[in-house]
Amino acid sequence: MATFFGEVLSVYSRAVEDDDEEEELDENEEDKQIRRELEEKREVHLNWTPEVSEVLRSGNKLQCADFILAVGHNAARFLSVYVLTSENWDVVGRASLWNERSRPAAGKSSEDSICVFYRNKDNPSVLICQVTCYIAEDQLFQWAQKVFDCLQHRGLNVTVLSDASVADYKTADYLCSSTAPFLRSLHTTAFSGQPVCQSLEQPNIITGLSAAVLNHCQVHRIAAIAYNCYSDIIGPDSVTMETYKPALTRIGKSIQLDSSPSTDILRKFVKTTDIQSNLYI
Amino acid sequence: MFIALENSSPSFKDFTLVMPAVAVGNVGQLAVDLIVSTLHMSTVGHIHTDCLIPMAGNNPYPTCKGDAEEMHTPAEVYTAPELKLAVLQIRAPIIQNKSKRFRQLIVSWIKASGFSRTVVLSSSHAYQRDDKQLQGAPLRYLLTPSLLKVSAEALKELGWREMERVAAFPGLTDANAEPRLYIPGGGITKGLYTDSCAEDLPLAVLLLFCSEGDNIPDAFTLVNQLNDWLHLLDNPSQEPNKWKVPASWSLLFGSGIPPALF
Repeated sequence: MATFFGEVLSVYSRAVEDDDEEEELDENEEDKQIRRELEEKREVHLNWTPEVSEVLRSGNKLQCADFILAVGHNAARFLSVYVLTSENWDVVGRASLWNERSRPAAGKSSEDSICVFYRNKDNPSVLICQVTCYIAEDQLFQWAQKVFDCLQHRGLNVTVLSDASVADYKTADYLCSSTAPFLRSLHTTAFSGQPVCQSLEQPNIITGLSAAVLNHCQVHRIAAIAYNCYSDIIGPDSVTMETYKPALTRIGKSIQLDSSPSTDILRKFVKTTDIQSNLYI
Repeated sequence: MFIALENSSPSFKDFTLVMPAVAVGNVGQLAVDLIVSTLHMSTVGHIHTDCLIPMAGNNPYPTCKGDAEEMHTPAEVYTAPELKLAVLQIRAPIIQNKSKRFRQLIVSWIKASGFSRTVVLSSSHAYQRDDKQLQGAPLRYLLTPSLLKVSAEALKELGWREMERVAAFPGLTDANAEPRLYIPGGGITKGLYTDSCAEDLPLAVLLLFCSEGDNIPDAFTLVNQLNDWLHLLDNPSQEPNKWKVPASWSLLFGSGIPPALF
């Protein structure tokens, strides 16, 4: 849509275009081929270590009692700072995917933009996954399905930590800046524990990967809880990271939570995005 | 695919299915919300598919504090067995390029479940109406041949109008061009209707011409019209508040405003 001043506004519409239906009709073999190839390119691939692949190949599934998934920079860095520093963790696999927002790996190491799975050395039934890359809407369902296909469902407890913006949080009261960051939880019917924070109030909803995981767990009757951390800061910061701490106390027995990480470690994980903000140079 | 909540699959034999099409102003979805919340329908299962964008939330229709914490998914099926009514609520948009697959999934589920009839609540862009469509009330219906035999009379009595076919090339007088069914902004409505015609499914489309904005009044209009036909709420007194607005409709226009503003 163009305005009087010539700028182009993208108009958001809840209506669904039905024009593509006509296109489908005169789609020839070449179009179909392109579509197919695009779809193949967007597939989610899981690359497990040889040891894990061996287990999966023999028809078994990964024994897992606690699966902790961190979605977003603050959630992932929280795990890096408070949990993964203990060096008690092995990388067991990665998920790789391609979509329109994937950047070529130039300049950045590929580890930064990938989902990584870690397993505890002492207690192999604890699995952690950090996701910091963008997963497109059509890849979310597939991701959840492929990952959970590899895990043993019996006795599985899923904890999802996920970043959210306080701007997306709806409440009748005005949120003053001192309230953020805060946690809200949403759990499946099979979850029997006690959430460590307030439940997510209507009309708020959870979207993205945490929603895909919750949906999968709900229909397959897996105990799962998602903690959304609503923060008013863009980019990683230590206060937001710390908000996740109570969420992991429940599984404190099986994993060691480093309650007071050294400032060096914190600095290492918070610093990396400084360069992107050049507003006040 | 349909996944039942309980271990045994519920029977939908001879049930009427009401479902929305994700369309302009979400009118169909809002109308379905009103039905589920007013009739206190219970969840019997989910439609778990990769065709919908994932979302999750707590109970959209809480009646007391105790049942607010209950997770709900993008597409769920509710029933009211005493009314022989099943409702499919769709809460998320369909992923681009997957609407055809989603339609096929829904049509095959409807076929397998043995619903006696299906009513699709939908909407279409008001601004794209042609001269004929501008006349009269903004409600239109469509019936597949197999439902036409049964329900045509009932709908005629209600005084509803069938959705007009529009000229394929407006302004041109081409004798060969056949008028076509055109539902702009209607999402899968047209596809679902044509698929049902081909599969000989008893399906009705009830649609409202509307524009995007606050579509709550449109939802009331549509659900009241549906009630005139199906008599879901046999309330002789025509009080306006017979439908119960669910809690999930709150804060449609954002959060509270800072008190320091005043």
